[in-house]
Amino acid sequence: MKQHWLYRTGTSRKLWILGSIVLALTIMAELFISLHPYFAIERLFSFHALLGFISCVVMIVFAKLLGVLVKRKDNYYDDV
Amino acid sequence: MMCDWIHPGLLLILAGLISPLIRGVWRSIWILAAPIVSLWLIWSVPSVSECTITFLDYNLTPLSVDSLSRLFATVFSVVCFIGTMYCFRQAKILELSAALVYAGAAIGVTFAGDLITVFIFWEIMALGSILVLWSAGTRSSWQSGMRYALIHLLGGVVLMVGIVAYSQETGSIDFIAMSPESLGTWLILAGFLLNAGAPPLSAWLADAYPEASFSGMVFLSAFTTKAAVYVLLRGFPGTDLLIYIGLFMIFYGIIYALLENDMRRILAYSIINQVGFMVCGIGIGTELALNGAAAHAFTHIIYKALLLMSAGSVLYMTGKRKCTDLGGLIHTMPFTATCGIIGALAISAFPLTSGFISKSMITQTAAENQLLLVWILLQVASAGVFLHAGIKFPWFVFFQKDSGLRPAEAPINMRLAMLIFAFLCILLGVMPGLLFWMLPYNVDYVPYTAPHVITQLQLLLFSGLAFFVMLPWMQRTLTISLDFDWLYRKLLPCSWNIAQRNYGSLETRIKELGNRVICSVGLGISRIYGNEGFITKTGLTSNAVFVAMIFLLGYLLFYLFNLT
Repeated sequence: MKQHWLYRTGTSRKLWILGSIVLALTIMAELFISLHPYFAIERLFSFHALLGFISCVVMIVFAKLLGVLVKRKDNYYDDV
Repeated sequence: MMCDWIHPGLLLILAGLISPLIRGVWRSIWILAAPIVSLWLIWSVPSVSECTITFLDYNLTPLSVDSLSRLFATVFSVVCFIGTMYCFRQAKILELSAALVYAGAAIGVTFAGDLITVFIFWEIMALGSILVLWSAGTRSSWQSGMRYALIHLLGGVVLMVGIVAYSQETGSIDFIAMSPESLGTWLILAGFLLNAGAPPLSAWLADAYPEASFSGMVFLSAFTTKAAVYVLLRGFPGTDLLIYIGLFMIFYGIIYALLENDMRRILAYSIINQVGFMVCGIGIGTELALNGAAAHAFTHIIYKALLLMSAGSVLYMTGKRKCTDLGGLIHTMPFTATCGIIGALAISAFPLTSGFISKSMITQTAAENQLLLVWILLQVASAGVFLHAGIKFPWFVFFQKDSGLRPAEAPINMRLAMLIFAFLCILLGVMPGLLFWMLPYNVDYVPYTAPHVITQLQLLLFSGLAFFVMLPWMQRTLTISLDFDWLYRKLLPCSWNIAQRNYGSLETRIKELGNRVICSVGLGISRIYGNEGFITKTGLTSNAVFVAMIFLLGYLLFYLFNLT
């Protein structure tokens, strides 16, 4: 069967380039539009981008660490 | 009984109970027509109408209508209609019938003007949901349904005790705004919160819902938790405690969803996460926040149902639920994938989707009230939603490594239902006025401003970047995650087994002891009240006459002495 275009070699690379351009654009937009911040901390350039990225990395790492404690084989409750 | 209007909830409950008796094509028509008639009734009952029924010494008001109750009832009947459209040709009649009863009970809760009516519909809702769950017919649905039933019956008892205490404290059973400051109100709050999926007893949701049939979870996701949001909105607006409970639920949902492998359990955790946003908004309690919580419940029911229909279609066509078994379904299920992605964008509050206009009302309130910590946590949580539901669900099901599965698209009625909800997700996002005019308070809020759109895009797109950068950390494993339910699913059964092993047959001993206690109590009672008992033995009539004469004589003497 024909491979979906997403699975062709080279697509992934193109998507990363396209994605990076979009990411850059959302930050560049901040230069042209004033954001009406409610809090002082929002005045930091690209605050929301940083917040989104860093907090997600922290959440993934936290979940991974918690996983060490709470993860069990998925038939864990079957043998009670 | 004084009432000029047909109760839309009762109508659905009756329609559900009658539906198994109808055969063939008429049954399908009946099941699909019932929610529409109910929706029509919801909008034809005027807002001021109140009908009362006298029950014992109480005046019940089962039909008390205002804009808040109408908003919730509307979305309940809509999701009932589209949900039945999704599965009326595939699901069992038990499930469809139970789903109508379940939806009707949820509508009943939203129209209840007093706490007793709330309680009655609350319990019917529990019964309906258990039957929807059990109609999957599998062993795991039976077992998780039993656990679900136990937790919800416990919640029902807590709620009932709370209502009894409350009516003793205040002498009223009217369902109005309260604050948790007495035994009654605390217990009522606890009963409501249990159904919302609040800690500590939140594990029932992710335990039970994913065990329902492919379509059952669509119904389950819509009613129980959102009816709880409704009663919290009406009963406890502005209760500070709810802010912190809401924040806990938000992050609990994200972290557990990140650990999860089962696609429907990911979505179940994200229900808790989304309800957390609403509970937090209710806790903040300003008009904008309450509007936001109500609006978010409305949009959430639609996009969550869409997500679960998309996951349900995958389950129906492949029989698989685990991310480790799925992947690459974009090849043959592009329509289901597109609908799933629209739902995922809506839950992530992307601009031009319904989630954007509703969730941002809650975060906006936190900003306007200068609640810095709450606001930051809500923003972080918005990023986390995109992470765990917005990307993770579509990525692992429809993309990632190719699993080689090539299922066809789901049947036409399932696709039509998904199409309608996908359309609604975008319609509400593009034209927020359609939703805003139904909200309980006047809306003075403009979601689409350039700064808002840009900051939201930054937040979401960079959390997307984090997902793909961290992808090796996100690989799925064949695991589940322990939760509070470990206490009653593992610790209790295991300690019982150990106790039995070490102390002989403990069970028989306890039974023997119980028998002995009951026997001796019974003997004692029969000694006093039995055939030859002290109180009930048959005596001679003359003895009785003699005793009566003595009493009369005594009375006479007493009377005479008193005179002098």
